[in-house]
Amino acid sequence: MNYFLGIDVGSVSTNLVVIDEDSRLLSKVYLRTRGQPIKAIQEGMKQLLKNVGDRIEISGVGTTGSGRHLAGIMVGADTVKNEITAHAVAALHFDPEVRTVIEIGGQDSKIIILRDGVVTDFAMNTVCAAGTGSFLDQQANRLNIPIEEFGRYALQSKKPVRIAGRCAVFAESDMIHKQQVGYNLEDIIRGLCQALVRNYINNLAKGKDISPKIIFQGGVAANIGMKAAFEEAFNQEVIVPQHHDVMGAIGAALLAKDEMKKKNSTDFRGFDVSEIDFKVSSFECGGCPNRCEVVNFHMEEKIIARWGDRCGKWKNI
Amino acid sequence: MKITYPYMSNSHIAIKNLFEGLGNEVVPPPKPSKLTLSYGTKYAPEFACFPFKILLGTYIEALEMGADTIVSTGGVGPCRAGLYTTLQEKILRSLGYEFEMITLEPPGRYLGDLIKKIKRLINRRISLIELAGLIRFVWEQLKLLDEAEMTSFKIRPREIKKGETTRAYRKAVELIARARSIEDLKEIRNEIKKIYGAVDRKEDFDPIKIALVGEIYVVMEPTANLEIEETLGELGVYAERSMFFTHYTLANAVTDLFHLTGEKNVKKAAVPYFNEMCGGHGRESVGNAILYAKKGFDGLIHLAPFTCIPEIVAKSVLPAVEEKYGIGILSITIDEQTGKAGLQTRLEAFVDLLARKREKRRKGNIA
Repeated sequence: MNYFLGIDVGSVSTNLVVIDEDSRLLSKVYLRTRGQPIKAIQEGMKQLLKNVGDRIEISGVGTTGSGRHLAGIMVGADTVKNEITAHAVAALHFDPEVRTVIEIGGQDSKIIILRDGVVTDFAMNTVCAAGTGSFLDQQANRLNIPIEEFGRYALQSKKPVRIAGRCAVFAESDMIHKQQVGYNLEDIIRGLCQALVRNYINNLAKGKDISPKIIFQGGVAANIGMKAAFEEAFNQEVIVPQHHDVMGAIGAALLAKDEMKKKNSTDFRGFDVSEIDFKVSSFECGGCPNRCEVVNFHMEEKIIARWGDRCGKWKNI
Repeated sequence: MKITYPYMSNSHIAIKNLFEGLGNEVVPPPKPSKLTLSYGTKYAPEFACFPFKILLGTYIEALEMGADTIVSTGGVGPCRAGLYTTLQEKILRSLGYEFEMITLEPPGRYLGDLIKKIKRLINRRISLIELAGLIRFVWEQLKLLDEAEMTSFKIRPREIKKGETTRAYRKAVELIARARSIEDLKEIRNEIKKIYGAVDRKEDFDPIKIALVGEIYVVMEPTANLEIEETLGELGVYAERSMFFTHYTLANAVTDLFHLTGEKNVKKAAVPYFNEMCGGHGRESVGNAILYAKKGFDGLIHLAPFTCIPEIVAKSVLPAVEEKYGIGILSITIDEQTGKAGLQTRLEAFVDLLARKREKRRKGNIA
């Protein structure tokens, strides 16, 4: 049996999955990135090794997410793909009839429009991160409610309060004002979910043809309050897949499986990358007034990659 | 007089020769950098557009380098750019700089004013024949700069070793900058052919074709758009843009002198959506989008500075174009961010999308 590893390194979470050649999920690891992707990847590999590592051999590796290049270099990826493509591939695998994918992660939110199994349009938040996982996390924290409970609170509301969307800063201060005049928590939370969905639609979905099936994935999909708010806004059923939190990683693994049809052998360095010493050093290039911060990526003393320069002087080692 | 002027792509090379030929000292504007941006964002109004900020920063740098005269273009119509030199002059004066601001307005409407200003820029005895020769040389130099850039767009997606085309292009620009006569330029043109010829490339490869439309500064100046053409080229995409310096000058300033409408075909193409101009390049963005769609391009990238009204108007029309012509469109709003990773992700995803669409169409045709 062949097995494929998919790694999704996002700003908030780092996820790893292993699938078999029939695309069945064998193991999944969900970790917080905590601003230290290298550590998170190594920790994830360690856990995978514990879960399945000694029983299987990996025949292909794919990486995705904002840390995909870093992860790709570290583990020796066979394919490095952007998160839009990875999420689309995973959603199609989950349900070939999907036509709309809502994906909300820690820092990014995306909409992907598919027709007959092909991505025809997408959008990703640009100017604002309101409505993404980090903001919800922060609000849950402020209200002293575990994030897992957030959605349940929202569903208990009978009369949602209107909260200003548009911008996380407006939303937060509007919420605080409404708390102070005595609205109850459930109604405020439901109002917040509605505001975030409104914001999502205004920022990303405007002008796009939202048609079923609609799949909602990413960390925020765990929030039943957000799911309900989307259903209310679209007047449609919104489906949350079982492994919604690791769909990016599943997509990366599926892409790796595809890639290995064209390639002879994998570049995977093995699970023991968790034992290898990876280091980052940087210097400021004085070649021009841009003063780019150039990053050196070391594997055991040897520089294996470099990035950060705008002119390409250092990129090629 | 120590003249400086806006930095836009490589046009500064030829413009320097023009002003020097007219008997002036020139302080060439520095390439926009982090420093330029920090000056621009510090002293410009917050909601001014990105080109305004970059130009303001450039002027500050040039004034610090000793320039005492700024030459820029003005404009008419609803876009704020027509007022920019006035506002920039005020800001720079409030910062204590002493200088002269010379704004060249469109010839069709302000011919007298324009002639007066051009006279101000001629600071040596120059015969008409000599002047004509100078203008011709500068024009040919600009043309060759544009040509060299266009060639790089064609070769880059096919290059085998990443970055080789960019190196060849830089060498070409260096050579063109050294030219002193039309004869030089002829030799250099052949030299450039050889340089590009030496770039190893994949034959029989049909790259995805993407056109760039949008506001002139963010489309033409690579530091403003985070080197989008280079990035696309290295993703194996042939990127063509809707304007080049020489073409733009011909289509706008020169035709304006004779009270003609430039880029008639572009404006006509936009008619179903635009009967009037909306300032800036809003109408041209839509017109060009339609023309490129008809030419069979796979996709279109629309570049707009944040808060640019004309491009916002265009952006709201583009989904209709997308639907009618089945061309993929990606709108990108540009401001002072210099983190390229987000742009890279969107471009990669967009190219993936277009590639899959094309593949599907091909399969569909076979079946």
